[in-house]
Amino acid sequence: MSLRIVVCVKYVPDATGDRHFAEDLTVDRDDVDGLLSELDEYAVEQALQIAEERQRAGDDAEITVLTVGPEDAKDALRKALSMGADKAVHVEDEDLHGTDALGTSLVLARAIEKTGYDLVVCGMASTDGTMGVLAAMLAERLGVPQVSLLSEVSVEDGTVTGRRDGDTATEQLQARLPAVVSVTDQSGEARYPSFKGIMAAKKKPVASWDLSDLDIEAEDVGLEGAWTAVEGATERPARTAGTIVKDEGEGGKQLAAFLAERKFI
Amino acid sequence: MAEVLVFVDHVDGAVRKPTLELLTLARRIGEPVAVSLGSGAENTAPALAEHGAVRVLTAEAPEFADYLVVPKVDAVQAAFEAVSPSAVLFPSSAEGKEIAARLAVRIGSGIITDAVDLEAGEEGPVATQSVFAAAFTTRSRVSRGTPVITVKPNSAAVEAAPAAGAVEALEVSFSEKATGTKVVARTPRESTGRPDLTEAAIVVSGGRGVGGAENFPVVEALADSLGAAVGASRAAVDAGWYPHTNQVGQTGKTVSPQLYIAAGISGAIQHRAGMQTSKTIVAVNKDAEAPIFDLVDYGVVGDLFEVVPQLTEEVKTRKG
Repeated sequence: MSLRIVVCVKYVPDATGDRHFAEDLTVDRDDVDGLLSELDEYAVEQALQIAEERQRAGDDAEITVLTVGPEDAKDALRKALSMGADKAVHVEDEDLHGTDALGTSLVLARAIEKTGYDLVVCGMASTDGTMGVLAAMLAERLGVPQVSLLSEVSVEDGTVTGRRDGDTATEQLQARLPAVVSVTDQSGEARYPSFKGIMAAKKKPVASWDLSDLDIEAEDVGLEGAWTAVEGATERPARTAGTIVKDEGEGGKQLAAFLAERKFI
Repeated sequence: MAEVLVFVDHVDGAVRKPTLELLTLARRIGEPVAVSLGSGAENTAPALAEHGAVRVLTAEAPEFADYLVVPKVDAVQAAFEAVSPSAVLFPSSAEGKEIAARLAVRIGSGIITDAVDLEAGEEGPVATQSVFAAAFTTRSRVSRGTPVITVKPNSAAVEAAPAAGAVEALEVSFSEKATGTKVVARTPRESTGRPDLTEAAIVVSGGRGVGGAENFPVVEALADSLGAAVGASRAAVDAGWYPHTNQVGQTGKTVSPQLYIAAGISGAIQHRAGMQTSKTIVAVNKDAEAPIFDLVDYGVVGDLFEVVPQLTEEVKTRKG
């Protein structure tokens, strides 16, 4: 039986660009280029490796890549398709503008259920909000095991196993499918799309769903429905220029004097 | 005064510092009630009482260690229902954030993660966050449900404030899903004897300029002279020179120490995201054009293999 893998990805403003807020205190997406969140590339990569392993064993797997976001978010889906995912689902609805983490997890969970799944793969966090809560929320909403923050992951005989490197210990985890996993940036470098992959991606199906397709009311998502409210955002004042010296043999001692003056020594 | 639930992060009864900071912040918005789970939970009570916990709810069961996250969610939910708090606070550890996330879904509440400050507001607690690689500071609140907030380490100075700290057993019945993810093995991290990276008052980090794993002792020696934690940039970690658990940056740990010393680190945006809120920033780098110098309070343009050992010697001399 085919293993159905859903990878959740996010289209985010480029972290090397000048990110800022729009007037309604949502992330301004107009002035900064967007891209597939780097940390989600690891999720796509692990999904591909799990599918390839399965195909080598003479079995089958299908990868659906899923995102919630504006029109441009299709770029993130195209990237994942060109890496090798089979098909994509784009949830787009103007009422989604300003949706927070709890609302996003609701939309994703409904879309995952509609798609059908055995395994959901997420990145460890988005590179914009960096909350790192989505995999846990999805597991809670879907009522399936959470196997999160893995640096190694494998699937065999309906069981997912993985390695989690925590602050105080390294753990080996195990759960039955269906399950939600998230992978870290230590799980393995993501592949670059080949020319063939890029050409093939253009022909892969991308389904577009809106809130009505997922039976979600507009008031439960978006800025109005958000469970959190941003009251203000201020740009961090530029640091006042520090002292910079060129080492001419006494650089270490000069630095020590500075640290002593600031009472660190 | 309203009670505020505080999740306790501890290792076999030894309370980790971010939890004590959390109690300090919790007192600004109510009376802290601590929830302490797992092996050694009762032993956390004296430290929690000393820092303002009016009550300490404890539960011990093998499920907390044998299965991932969900047993603790069940327990915190039981505490939530027993206490009816005005807010629930967690340390921003990986586990803390995951428990908070699932609790928020269960109780239908908004969640704010990685707060760096917390104060009482007219419509509930207001959390300060540092976003977009610390380029912006936002102030947010939970607008639906009971606020669930996770707080980063080093967000408040620990203050003693003795309170009753009455220990009460928490009744927990585990949900069917509690045993979904089994922890089949656990290997405790070997102690380096250095402070924990996210909690340390001083962090010394090495980057690409260190040039190899065999040179990291230069960075470690400086750290040890200052009683500091050791960090590494992503470039150094990806090259295999230092463990990922020490990575500072967007995909590693974010640190906010009193003093951050960057040795041989150019200061890519991803690294800056992890250390930009440090109070005092110092850098040593050969390249005068390195972006890290835009952030520093004091920078030395020079060879780190000359400057850092000299600094280490000078620190030792001055400390006697």
